[in-house]
Amino acid sequence: MKEVKKQGGLNSEIQSRIGHQLRAMYDDVVRQGVPDRFADLIRKLDGPEAAAEIAKKDGGE
Amino acid sequence: MPLTNSLRDDILASVPSLRAFAISLSGNGDRADDLVQETLLRAIANIDSFQPGSNLPAWLFTILRNLFRSDYRKRRREVEDAEGNYAKTLKTQPAQNAHLEFEEFRAALEKLPQDQREALILVGASGFSYEDAAAICGCAVGTIKSRVNRARSKLSALLYVDGAEDFGPDDTVRAVIGGNGGR
Repeated sequence: MKEVKKQGGLNSEIQSRIGHQLRAMYDDVVRQGVPDRFADLIRKLDGPEAAAEIAKKDGGE
Repeated sequence: MPLTNSLRDDILASVPSLRAFAISLSGNGDRADDLVQETLLRAIANIDSFQPGSNLPAWLFTILRNLFRSDYRKRRREVEDAEGNYAKTLKTQPAQNAHLEFEEFRAALEKLPQDQREALILVGASGFSYEDAAAICGCAVGTIKSRVNRARSKLSALLYVDGAEDFGPDDTVRAVIGGNGGR
């Protein structure tokens, strides 16, 4: 068991719980991998011009 | 540098964490994927300004973060539809017993000021160093450290002090009970 250290009302156990939940939430998305739409998009783009072109079409600035 | 195949692969390899960052920031899966798409387009359109050998994920995160901030300012008012959308983006639904806790955590995260939330995510979830996080957010390392600390204190207050009976050490017990068909 880690030492419980007071730090402005926070102890290390709570800190590690928060860290754990944060990573669980984040990693859940990371584990989904690369959705097809992005793999296709990057495959399609052969250079900066192509990207700028699509960005313009999509209404980006 | 030019868009080589290996650079393209590296960009693709960053997509999962860019999505996770975007969803953590926006709390909304659909908007997050739009942000990622725009990030990829911007990145490739400006690939000439990427310094070979520098930190590609940090570069991409910087683009996404800046897009999010300008987008956020524009759409501030419609942000409230985020509730429920997040869960929809998860292919692997969290087990029901964990779901409530997960939702409460996400709701608490959304209550943080944006500066603190992004600092906490970059350092605590994306695994960037304080230095990289500072570069991504365009601020001093000390500023990032204090934002992360404030974010942690605030989350702790939201989750473990106000909601002490929900989030006490009996959490595992609660999860077991809650798993029994409860919600």
